[in-house]
Amino acid sequence: MSTNLTRRTILSLPLGGLAASTLGARFAWSAAEPIKIGLVAALSGPSAKSGEGITRGLTVAIDEINSRGGVLGGRTIELVRRDDESNPAKGQTAARELIDKEGCAVLFGGIDSPVSLAIVPLANSAKVPFMGVWAAATNITRNNSNPNYIFRVSAVDVLVDKALIKYATSRFGSKSPGLILVNNAWGDSNFSGLTAAAEAAGIKLAASEKFEDKDVDMTPQLQRLRAAGADTLILVGNAAPGAQVIKSLQRSAWSVPIVSHWGISGGRFPELAGSWAGKVHFVQTYSFFGQQSDIGKKVLAALMAKYSDIKGPGDVSPPVGVANAYDAMQLTALAIAKAGSTDGAAIRDGYLGIDNYKGLIKDYAKPFTDANHDALNENDYVMVRYNGEQIEPVTG
Amino acid sequence: MLGTALISGFGLGSIYGLIALGFTLTFSVSGTVNFAQGSSVMLGAVLCHVLFVGMHWPFVAAAFLALLGCALWGLVVERIAVRPFVARGSNAWLMATVALGILLDNSVMALFGKEPRALPSSLADEPWVIGNMGVFPLQIVIPIVALGVAGLVHIGMRRTSLGLKLRAAVENPNAARLMSINVTRLIALTFAAAALLAGIGGILVAPLFNVAYDMGTLFGIKAFAVAILGGLTNPWGVVLAGLAYGLVEAFATTWLGSSSTQMVTFAVVIAALALTPSGLFGGKVLARV
Repeated sequence: MSTNLTRRTILSLPLGGLAASTLGARFAWSAAEPIKIGLVAALSGPSAKSGEGITRGLTVAIDEINSRGGVLGGRTIELVRRDDESNPAKGQTAARELIDKEGCAVLFGGIDSPVSLAIVPLANSAKVPFMGVWAAATNITRNNSNPNYIFRVSAVDVLVDKALIKYATSRFGSKSPGLILVNNAWGDSNFSGLTAAAEAAGIKLAASEKFEDKDVDMTPQLQRLRAAGADTLILVGNAAPGAQVIKSLQRSAWSVPIVSHWGISGGRFPELAGSWAGKVHFVQTYSFFGQQSDIGKKVLAALMAKYSDIKGPGDVSPPVGVANAYDAMQLTALAIAKAGSTDGAAIRDGYLGIDNYKGLIKDYAKPFTDANHDALNENDYVMVRYNGEQIEPVTG
Repeated sequence: MLGTALISGFGLGSIYGLIALGFTLTFSVSGTVNFAQGSSVMLGAVLCHVLFVGMHWPFVAAAFLALLGCALWGLVVERIAVRPFVARGSNAWLMATVALGILLDNSVMALFGKEPRALPSSLADEPWVIGNMGVFPLQIVIPIVALGVAGLVHIGMRRTSLGLKLRAAVENPNAARLMSINVTRLIALTFAAAALLAGIGGILVAPLFNVAYDMGTLFGIKAFAVAILGGLTNPWGVVLAGLAYGLVEAFATTWLGSSSTQMVTFAVVIAALALTPSGLFGGKVLARV
C-alpha cells in the first residue's frame, strides 16, 4: 500500500505530534498531580493543641500513603490546612475556599462541633465528603441529608454520653450526677444525650448548669449543683473554660468526682486547671500507653522520628486527635482508591464500600454503611486522666 | 450559697470598679475616656506573665514593670488617639481609642500567641475552707487591694498638690491654665493612671482566670457599664457600682442560672439608668443657658 503524503498530511504531523505530546504531558501531569485533602480546624486559640494533634495524625498517615506510592496510580496526597479559630463563620469560609479554590477532594474537621455543624450543609450541597475526626455532636453525621457526605472517625455524643454515665455509676457509684455544660450547640447535644443515658441507666440527674467560654467564676453554678445533691460532675467543655470549672471547683473546696467529655484535652488544660487537673477522668478513643499493636508501634515510632518533642507515649498529646486523624486518613485513601477518581460522589461510595481495614484504634469491619457514618462506637472508648502534662489511662 | 455568691460578687465587682475608676479619672479631667480600657487590663496581665513566667523575674518586679508598661500605654493612647482629635474639636477619639485597643490586642496576639496561659499564684492554689465554703486567699486580697487603691486615688485627689491641680482642671480648665497649671500634661497623666488601674485589675484577676490576648474585652465592656451606672464623675460611686454589678451578676447566676446572668445584669443596669439617668451616684449636670 502506497502512502500519499499530501501537504495537509505533512502539515498535520507536527501539529498532531504537538497535540499528542501536549496531551501526554497533560496526562502525565494529571497522574502526578497531588490529591488535596483539606483540614479546617482550630490551629490557634484555646484549642490549638487539638489542631496540632490532628495535623500530626494526618501527616504521619499521608507520609505512609505517599511512601507506598500514593493513590490512583501514583498521585500523592497533599494536606492543605486552614485555621477556623473555633469560629463557625470562619470555618465555613475556610471550607468554601478549600472546596472552590483549592479543589480539595475531601475535607477534614476539627474539635469544635459548632464549626463542623456549620460546614455540614456546605459539604453536602457541594457533594464533597467531610470527615470528622474530633467534634462529637451527634447531628454532625446524623444530619438527615440524603445523600449524606459526612463521615466520622471519632466519638459520637450520644454514645459518649452513655459511656460517661456508665463510668460515673460503675466507678464512683453515682446515683445523682450533675451536669456542667458549655452553653453552645455541643453542650445542647450532650444535654439531650446525657439525659437519655441517665434515664436508660435508671438514675436521675441532680441538675444541669451551663457556662460561657469566657466565664471567670463558675462557683455559683457549682454551688447550685452541690445544693441539688450532685454526687458526681459530668463536664462538657473545651480546655480553657473546662479549666475554669476545675479552678472554681477547687476554690469551692468541693471534692466531688469529675467525669469529662474529651474537649479538655484539646488545649493547655493541665497548665490552666492547676493542681486539680489530674482529678478529671475523661474519655479518649486511644491511648499510646500499654501494649501496642504493630500499627500502634509503627505510628508511635513515626511520630517520634518526625516530631522532636515526642519522646514517648505520654508526649503524644492529645492522643485522640492523632489516632482518629491517622485512621480517618487511611480510610480516606482506601475510599479514594475504591472510587477510582477524586469525584465527591464516587469517594462517598468508596467510603461505603470499604470492607475491612486493620487500623490503629481497631480492626474496622464495614466501618461505614448507609445507616451508619460513624466508624467508632462505645466499645472503642478508654478513660484517661492527666499526670502532669501527659495523658494516661485510668488504672486501679 | 449566699456566702459563695458574696465572695464571687465582691471579688469580680471590685475588679470592675477598679477598671471603671480609670474611666472616671479621664472623663472628670478631660471629658474623654479610653474605650480600650479592656486592652490595658490585658496588657497588665500579659506583661506580668511574660516577665514572671517567661523570664522568671520575681513577681513584684514583674508586676511593677508590667504596670509601668500600662502607664506608658495610657500616655500613648492619649497622645495618639485622644489629644489630636480633641484639639480639633472632634469626637473621633471615641473610635480612635477603640481602634488603638484593637491594634494592641492583635499585636499581642501575634507576639504572645492565641492560646490562653496560666499565671500561677500561691494565693490562688489552696483554698481556705470555712464550713462547706472555700475561698482562695486572692479572692480576699482583690477587694482589699481594689478598695485600697480607690482610697489612695481619693486621698491623692484631696491631699496632694497634684490632686489639687487635677481638681482645679476639673472645675475650670481655662482658669487652671491661667494659674500656670499644665492641663495637657495632667490629662496625659490621668490616661496613664487609668491604664495603670486597669493593669492592676488584670494582674489581680489573671491567677483566677487566665492570660489571653482577648481577655480584656468583656472586662472593658462591663467596666464601662459600671462607670455609667456609678455616675462617671463620682469615684466612690463607680467603685460601689462595680461591687453592685459584681453582686447582681453572682446572685443572678446563683439563683436564676448562668444562662440568665448577662440578661439580668444588663437589664438591671438599664432599669437603674432609666430611674437615675445620671447614674446611681452621679450628680445632676447643670448647663448654663
